[in-house]
Amino acid sequence: MRLMKGNEAIAEAAIRAGADAYFGYPITPQSEILEYLMAANPFERTGMVVLQAESEIAAINMVYGGAGCGKKVMTSSSSPGISLKQEGISYIAGAQLPCLIVNVVRGGPGLGTIQPAQSDYFQAVKGGGHGDYHLIVLAPASVQEMADFVELAFDLAFKYRNPAMILSDGAIGQMMEKVYLKPQKQRSTSVPEWATTGKTSDRQRNIITSLDLDPYAQEQHLLKLQEKYRQIEKNEVRYEEIMVDDAEYLLVAYGTSARVCQKSIQMARAEGIKAGLLRPITLYPFPSGRINTLAPRMKSIISVEMSMGQMVEDVKLAVNGQAPVSHFGHMGGVITEPEEVLEYLKTKI
Amino acid sequence: MKTAEGLKEIIKPENLAYRKSSLITDKPFSYCPGCGHGTTHRIIAEVIEEEKLAGNTIGVCPVGCSVLMYDFLDLDIQQAAHGRAPAVATAIKRLMPDKFVFTYQGDGDLAAIGTSETIHACNRGENILIVFINNGIYGMTGGQMAPTTLEGMKSSTSPYGRDVKMMGNPLKMTELIAMLPGTCYVTRQSVHTPAAVRKAKKAIRKAVDYHKKGMGTCFIEIVSNCPSGWKMTPVESNRWMEENMFKFYKPGDLKVPDEGAPTGEKMDE
Repeated sequence: MRLMKGNEAIAEAAIRAGADAYFGYPITPQSEILEYLMAANPFERTGMVVLQAESEIAAINMVYGGAGCGKKVMTSSSSPGISLKQEGISYIAGAQLPCLIVNVVRGGPGLGTIQPAQSDYFQAVKGGGHGDYHLIVLAPASVQEMADFVELAFDLAFKYRNPAMILSDGAIGQMMEKVYLKPQKQRSTSVPEWATTGKTSDRQRNIITSLDLDPYAQEQHLLKLQEKYRQIEKNEVRYEEIMVDDAEYLLVAYGTSARVCQKSIQMARAEGIKAGLLRPITLYPFPSGRINTLAPRMKSIISVEMSMGQMVEDVKLAVNGQAPVSHFGHMGGVITEPEEVLEYLKTKI
Repeated sequence: MKTAEGLKEIIKPENLAYRKSSLITDKPFSYCPGCGHGTTHRIIAEVIEEEKLAGNTIGVCPVGCSVLMYDFLDLDIQQAAHGRAPAVATAIKRLMPDKFVFTYQGDGDLAAIGTSETIHACNRGENILIVFINNGIYGMTGGQMAPTTLEGMKSSTSPYGRDVKMMGNPLKMTELIAMLPGTCYVTRQSVHTPAAVRKAKKAIRKAVDYHKKGMGTCFIEIVSNCPSGWKMTPVESNRWMEENMFKFYKPGDLKVPDEGAPTGEKMDE
């Protein structure tokens, strides 16, 4: 057990998960990931490559190259840097390469602020770059989950040959909590059959590409991706429920907002208001089915986000008119207070 | 004129003068007739075959005319985003240090959108080979002005000729690269005559040798033609290249490894 920042927990967990490489570029509030990895010298410990790239663009394309060799590779950044990576992420999704991308979100648009926000939700769950694709998106709400989700993200990425993202925020990246770290895993020596490792005479050549100029062939490729996303939606939905069983009022929140809402529902319960919290752990796939099932018995459903209201659109789609849905939250790096959520909830009674 | 019967007498193994490399696939090249890409592909394939490196080679192709290189070379190849091949190759080489890793990039890819990746990979001294096809134009998108388009040269986006006051100067990327301490071998070649093809092939072979010894980045520019983009016949384009491109992009070695390293014979005659 150690006391660590969320960013440090990600870095240490990556080494312990047997990651083959990390490629990154400094940006607040996630630079500790690269700093920690450089100081930890994982090349000596496990052979893990750590390289400070010349840009976020270079870093994500290094991820493409390493992932194309079948290696367990990752990058991390914060919002403006993640925007820069989007072309590369789209290529990675199109070429069906597994990898981990960490976004420690800060407020935007533009240079915005270095304070925590949840305003990259759309970008993370709807694709982000060009084309029809999805990332698998995990939303940690604690330093422990920052560590745990590294290995989970790699496992899911390799299971589906799809990029996975940890969508965190500046609060969870910077705050310190107790964390239990898993023991060191060996780096994998198995090589996926599709990886570029040098064409030997016993197999066809392996090509990593997202290109097919024949529209019919390209459509078949995209239909295969869609089939994969349906499988992910069927198998990988993860969420946590707190005091939902008898709830009449449902808060839906992830990450830092979920931590805030935990307090809000305790305060509501103390006042006799039957409030509960559904915390999506996977933002894509979204727990739409569960929300749809819960909706008919809710008097009101509130999506609490540090954004103008992005996840609320997916909540509304899931609820499908069975209960009133609204959004509450702050933007621009302002963290919502538990009392504010409670006051807003009371306006729905 | 020989009859079909007569030709049969000539087509015999002992009369074989040329055979395509086994690393060139049967897929017809998508390149325009007379373009230098096909020849450059061929000599890369020949060197890799002759050095018995196919099982240890990973290529990275760009966005541009050679985006489909993986259709023509029977090698493991990754197709990189526009300009990012040196970053992709960096990771491949770092993660698979025993492999021969090369990128193949045009002038738009390497000298415009990918300038940063190119300079930084070379400056880090990544142990990769970068093959840079410079034909002074964006070929695949239909003949637009490239960073390497010569002053006064016409293209679809400089229809009255490149005005350097308005459009900037042609970029000598290879001279820039030669200044970087991470590079060990920087040369400018062409593939427009049999002698030039032989010299270019020799340069690739040297780069493979330096690569094996882990001496740093090797960078080979091939000054090439673009008959379609330049709106010339292949013969006219080669003549124009010699008379104009070579004046600005002078063929020859810009940097060869220091003492102690294998010294290449002087390429510039």
